[in-house]
Amino acid sequence: MATDNHTIDDAGDDLPLPTTIASGAVAAAVLLPLVWLVRTALDVGLADAIAISTRPATVEVFLNSAALVITVTVASVLIGVPLAYLTVRTDLPFRRGLTVAVSLPLVIPSYVGAFAFVSAFGPQGAFQRLLAPLGVERLPEIYGFPGAALVVTLYTYPYVFITTRAALKSLDTTLIDAARTLEHGRWEAFRRVTLPQIRPAVTAGSLLVALYALSDFGTPAIMQFDAFTRVIYVEFTSFGSDVAALLSLQLVAVTLLILGLESHVRGNEPLYAGRQGGRTGGTLPLGRWKYVAVAACLAVSGLAILVPVGILLTWLAQGGAEVGNALAFRPEYAVNSIGVAAGAALVATLAGLPVAYLAAKHRTRLTDAFERATYVGYAVPGVVLGLALVYFGTSYAQPLYQTLYLLIAAYVVRFLPQAVGSMRASFLRVNPALPEAARMLGRTSFGAFRAVTLPLIAPGLLGGAALVFLTTMKELPATLLLRPSGFKTLVTHIWTATEAGYYGHAAVPALILLGVSGLSMLVILSQEGYDVK
Amino acid sequence: MSNKTTHATHDRTDDRPTDAGDAPVLELDAVEKSYGSERVIEGLSLSVHEGEILTLLGPSGCGKTTTLRLIAGLERPNAGEVALNDATVSGPDRFVAPEDRGVGVVFQEFALFPHLTAAENVGFGLEAWDDDARDARIDELLDLVGLEAQGDSYPDELSGGQQQRVALARSLAPEPDVLLLDEPFSNLDVDLRVQMREEVRRILKETGVTAISVTHDQEEAMSISDRVAVMNDGRIEQVGDPEQVFQQPESRFVAGFLGHASFLPGYVHGGEVTTGLGPISRDQINGLAGTYDRTRIDVLVRPDDIQAVPVDGEADGRVVARRYLGPTILYEIRLDDDTTVQCMHNHDESIPLDASVRIELDADHELAWFPGDQRPPDADADADADAAE
Repeated sequence: MATDNHTIDDAGDDLPLPTTIASGAVAAAVLLPLVWLVRTALDVGLADAIAISTRPATVEVFLNSAALVITVTVASVLIGVPLAYLTVRTDLPFRRGLTVAVSLPLVIPSYVGAFAFVSAFGPQGAFQRLLAPLGVERLPEIYGFPGAALVVTLYTYPYVFITTRAALKSLDTTLIDAARTLEHGRWEAFRRVTLPQIRPAVTAGSLLVALYALSDFGTPAIMQFDAFTRVIYVEFTSFGSDVAALLSLQLVAVTLLILGLESHVRGNEPLYAGRQGGRTGGTLPLGRWKYVAVAACLAVSGLAILVPVGILLTWLAQGGAEVGNALAFRPEYAVNSIGVAAGAALVATLAGLPVAYLAAKHRTRLTDAFERATYVGYAVPGVVLGLALVYFGTSYAQPLYQTLYLLIAAYVVRFLPQAVGSMRASFLRVNPALPEAARMLGRTSFGAFRAVTLPLIAPGLLGGAALVFLTTMKELPATLLLRPSGFKTLVTHIWTATEAGYYGHAAVPALILLGVSGLSMLVILSQEGYDVK
Repeated sequence: MSNKTTHATHDRTDDRPTDAGDAPVLELDAVEKSYGSERVIEGLSLSVHEGEILTLLGPSGCGKTTTLRLIAGLERPNAGEVALNDATVSGPDRFVAPEDRGVGVVFQEFALFPHLTAAENVGFGLEAWDDDARDARIDELLDLVGLEAQGDSYPDELSGGQQQRVALARSLAPEPDVLLLDEPFSNLDVDLRVQMREEVRRILKETGVTAISVTHDQEEAMSISDRVAVMNDGRIEQVGDPEQVFQQPESRFVAGFLGHASFLPGYVHGGEVTTGLGPISRDQINGLAGTYDRTRIDVLVRPDDIQAVPVDGEADGRVVARRYLGPTILYEIRLDDDTTVQCMHNHDESIPLDASVRIELDADHELAWFPGDQRPPDADADADADAAE
């Protein structure tokens, strides 16, 4: 019944009360940890705040982070967009395989990549030893900015690649044909038709990259690059709580700035403007250039995948001697990791369900606000959220501090947006007439939800849960700050081993992590019907 | 076109409920509905009788689908009452949930559950039945709609017509008192649409269910309904038999919405009405009361009521537009007094553009009319726009 369609549902008079209360409770719970940030902002006097914020060291941290974010974002667009175009709109050979290969770096946590790159290209690294017979004394510096920028780019460009691919695939190619008949060359048509159509998707991907680069904790730490996250952690562990708090505030401010910038650039355009189901025929023949194109795809994904996997396998082969060491790997670490990740996925799905349902089915100002609130996890980097919950736990919830409950709460706050986003999209895909039809056939509104809506959104539910599972497995700073003492996971073990310089001990947990990440990725791809063809 | 439709409905007069005094199954009383500040339904009242097929006909945005949703309980009225079998289901202090109303709905895009087979869809509303009874009922309904063999198919494996049949079977399965059909044929190809209209009418009559359908397609409304309610701007303009509504429209809107309509200005005096086509006998105008003597009126002429004959000498007007419609040609003729009328001819009677013609009134029924002061200032412009569409 859609002729008299009303896009905004009857302005609240039909808002289901229990769902609204549940949704509001989730929004409040998610915002609660941020009390810490507000308290700090009020506690530190204005003069002190200005003094700390303007001292040269702080300014340098800001400039470092800004340089990292800008470089990584620009580089990711320069890599991701051409690769997306090649795999969608040209007759590139082995397209399916190359698409998978180019997306795959997403499953490698950047800190695993970082320590692999350090040990491969570091001053006395594997690569240097390999080249030593040729008289190569030292390689270009990997520590610091170049290494951090290289590694973060290699493990985040797939965000741009994937969003751009989706837009290119849904792009109605008759538009390009139309441009060509209006006397535009291929390049002109790309610039004036394709580019404006995919720009929202590229922007969305770039936003993810920029936020990741800003909030990434592991890579700057391993590369010894003084970005916000590293300095905050160092200050916190050396009892400089005030400075850590202020820097956290600044980091959140910069994050909000990026979010604001993105929504300004995006304006009111729909995220994916392309008409679904448009014709997508007629690929661009590459001719002889196809070898160059294949080589480019392989070079990027090879560098990102082969270096860490190669290094890890090398260590694995050498690692047998050191069993018995306190740093030796134990299977319970993997069990712990999977346990907390599964818990986080479950809780995030349950908490996200009412929020996503209301946001998709009853759009009002209130439900919009609830949905926005759950996106706080995107805006608050893991290290800041970790600190906020440490403060919250020690000040207000002592019994919860250093328990798994608080750890899982941190994961849920951080990754709730992924669950909500995935579920909301599934709810939107359910024809509103279907639950109505169920009600007309005698079901109550809850009965209709269970019998019709739930089975239809199940793929999105699972996809969202798998995404939360995947990212929780990889989450480093929140785990480090909030785990119960003695509780070790794959990630904390990798961290301890690399901090102590015993990289070899990180090989097994890192490889397991890659395996699990890869599996979760497969679940996401199959559930979302993501077509890699 | 109009002839065909009217005849088609004439044939059916016999299967209409003969006793108009039946207690109404459904009654709407002064129902109002607004979204925000926008009023969609205004003081709408309507009674539907047992076993009747009534169609709400109107342009998009007239509130017909909202009316259906109000009956179903998918929307709450802001004022007024909806009663089913003499019991209020929507009123100032009573609202029965949609699932408790005994109302079935066939949705516009069928709304078949994609994760269930055709048989499971049909059985969806029979949850409370025991297994044997449910299976028997599913078989019975699949049989009724001619889909005995497709029970195990999923909706996306069925053609549009088959999906339509499943949707109908599903909504009829729980034996609803009232069945609502929302633009039930709009999703089908033109050929299939005509065929399904007959089919759906047969099935509805076979089950004897009281049905209310909604459409913007006047031909569809005429061919499946026992009664038609023409809606405009949130109000019902006229309710009646299809031919009554078509031949004796009570408002200019109804006249214009059902088929092509030309309004011929005339002056009433004595036994005739003087018009741009010459005098029309007063006997041929439906119920023209004496009080309208010596006033201006507008006579409704349909394109099949008049014939244009090319002449050399004295003419009534000239051809200003012609539209080729396949079997027929629609001419637009501007009379000497600047009125425009439309007339329909067989495709083999070709009159060139700009030819001078004489108009012959050739109607075997009484003509409808409207008082002259009702005429909106831009009535001519409307007629032109309609002709140019």
